[in-house]
Amino acid sequence: MGEEVGEYQGAYKITKGLLEKYGPERVLDTPITEAGFAGIGVGAAYWGLRPVVEFMTFNFSMQAIDHIINSAAKSSYMSAGQISVPVVFRGANGAAAGVGAQHSQCYAAWYGSCPGLKVLTPYSSEDARGLLKAAIRDPDPVVFLENELLYGESFPVSAEALDSSFCLPIGKAKIEREGKDVTITAFSKLVGHALKAADILAKEGISAEVINLRSIRPLDRATINASVRKTSRLVTVEEVFPQHGVGAEICASVVEESFDYLDAPVERIAGADVPMPYAANLERMAVPQVEDIVRAAKRTCFRSR
Amino acid sequence: MWSARSKAIGDYVKRCVCSNGRFMAGLVDHRSNPFGSSLASGVAETSRHALPFPCNMAAPFLVRRFESTLAGKQLELLHAGDADDDQALDFPGGKVTYTPEMKFIWENYVKRVPCYRVLDENGDQIMGSNFKEMSKEVALKMYNDMVTLQFMDTIFYEAQRQGRISFYMTTIGEEAINIASAAALNDDDLVLPQYREPGVLLWRGFTLQDFANQCFGNKDDGGKGRQMPVHYGSKKHNYLTVSSPIATQLPQAAGIAYSLKMDKQDACVVAFIGDGGTSEGDFHAGLNFAAVMEAPVIFICRNNGWAISTHISEQFRSDGIVVKGQAYGIRSIRVDGSDALAVYTAIHTAREMAVSEQRPVLVETLAYRIGHHSTSDDSTKYRPLDEIEYWKMARNPVNRFRGWIEKKGWWSEKEESELRISIKKQVLQAIQVAERTEKPPIAELFSDVYDQPPDNLREQETELRETINKYPQDYPSGFPF
Repeated sequence: MGEEVGEYQGAYKITKGLLEKYGPERVLDTPITEAGFAGIGVGAAYWGLRPVVEFMTFNFSMQAIDHIINSAAKSSYMSAGQISVPVVFRGANGAAAGVGAQHSQCYAAWYGSCPGLKVLTPYSSEDARGLLKAAIRDPDPVVFLENELLYGESFPVSAEALDSSFCLPIGKAKIEREGKDVTITAFSKLVGHALKAADILAKEGISAEVINLRSIRPLDRATINASVRKTSRLVTVEEVFPQHGVGAEICASVVEESFDYLDAPVERIAGADVPMPYAANLERMAVPQVEDIVRAAKRTCFRSR
Repeated sequence: MWSARSKAIGDYVKRCVCSNGRFMAGLVDHRSNPFGSSLASGVAETSRHALPFPCNMAAPFLVRRFESTLAGKQLELLHAGDADDDQALDFPGGKVTYTPEMKFIWENYVKRVPCYRVLDENGDQIMGSNFKEMSKEVALKMYNDMVTLQFMDTIFYEAQRQGRISFYMTTIGEEAINIASAAALNDDDLVLPQYREPGVLLWRGFTLQDFANQCFGNKDDGGKGRQMPVHYGSKKHNYLTVSSPIATQLPQAAGIAYSLKMDKQDACVVAFIGDGGTSEGDFHAGLNFAAVMEAPVIFICRNNGWAISTHISEQFRSDGIVVKGQAYGIRSIRVDGSDALAVYTAIHTAREMAVSEQRPVLVETLAYRIGHHSTSDDSTKYRPLDEIEYWKMARNPVNRFRGWIEKKGWWSEKEESELRISIKKQVLQAIQVAERTEKPPIAELFSDVYDQPPDNLREQETELRETINKYPQDYPSGFPF
């Protein structure tokens, strides 16, 4: 359920064809009431249904955040397990292009700090399929953060992924590219940037290991730390505000668990600490570019100042 | 005039006249109307009549300042009349009559609330209609601005299609709502738009160049390139910057109006909302609090039938928005939004009421969203093309108003074609200039986050400038750094 998901085929066409296939009892167009339909979704989940609630963008989920946190995330705990909330909140998250401050914020860190929620950030098509299936089947409330610009990108898909019961485990990161000199962690769209950065670094003799986090909560600390213990260097990458961000949590985890293995200070790449501006030049500078990641990796390898 | 069909009304009227020598304004207190008592008793057939809304009346009476303590006393007196029947009960909300018969209030009226209209489709004045007279000067400015808005929309929309701006939203079909309401307000009245009201800014003096600069996000944009297109704002013109989340402007409007009230300003707040936006929780909060705080705010709901692809029949089940006003204790009216004279008159009157009586007013303007929701939408996917064409050709607000000014002898074919040629040229030029103008400088990336930039932002700006200097090849040419 959500705004424009049925007849209109979805504001970004993600729910295309679903109304035709499953009918109006299962695909619901809602009025413009984020708080309303989030609450309705949670209520339906309390009573045994498995709703998938779409926010046109997670920027609008703030009008419903009370239901996500206080009605969905905490209910199982507060009811001593009597109430289960198998709801999925999904939608576009993070920066797109030229859409300004109220359409560009990334909510990974906000939702990622809340116990009771699971927070997923798919990158590739396989991620999207496997993680969404896992999210819907999961008995806990899941926040599923997609990305508007990734909707238009194509990825190779294995035969296994096309199977109808293909699920990816929640809480496991994926090593997109193996390397031995520096670990780069990223999620969602910036995984693509990190991979491009790794290509550039390879030409200069630096072998970067790129980790696609896939799961913000639970965070796969084991994979991250194992990688840092191998490479001894860490660069975390995320799109928006640095303070209290995902990168901050990863750095803390690595410093706590793998301090002795580090050969260089950890590097955090994040967006500018400003609401996203619209003007094309200002926007470009508010968001990390591939070159920023390359330079950070080189700094950890003492190849530049 | 009311017909004194019950003792209650007669007594109430007498008390109004006696208490200050003047009649209460056009408000029909539903407790005093002939149907009031039957409503309290629960209704089936008898309630299925249109309540006498102000819009059915002739020109409004003199208004008096609304003082809540006085109202309280009057309510008690009023219900004292009811209590003569020996059937009144005392509850926290006041006295209410009771009935042994259980009857439900029906969910809808047989007859919908009628809409106030002055001109017919040809621009002829409807017999029996009355409206606020305007000078030739005002009428021609209104018409000019409506045509300018049309041209601006058509050409900017095209510019988005050509990839020159990232996004645009048109106001086609709602030119009268935009311009006529703006014309009826004072410059001091603060306007909180939703996003389909650039005409109000246009009326107040925002130039075509200003609009173009905002859409292109260049250095001359008053908004410093911060906002996506059509998210205009101008303190100078008393027009609050457009904010994307729907309906948040409604409780904000109540708050601002309350501050005007405390400062005893001769001004009101005007908040716009669409039909879809009334589903948001903030609609309830905004209207309810404006009523309780007795704040001078005019809520203008542009009911154009569509919220992207969601038709109003899927948005709510009430008789539109006008009936919701009474639920909050807010005076309301339904107006033909394609009729510039009707909109002008209704808003002018609403403003008088809001300011002199210090109360909120709800105006529902009925219209049709002739354009797509935005450049990200293709409305032919969910509504028939001939329906769109019908409204564009046969029910067009601009054509209708032109009919009226032509019949008054204030406008001619010749002036029409001159105007069109001139405006088209101006709009095209504004776009060309805006496109060539430089983007905002780097300093504007970090300014205005706070009143004074904190240390971490100053550091970030320094680091950024150093990095750009050190690695110029990584930064695209053509952007000012």
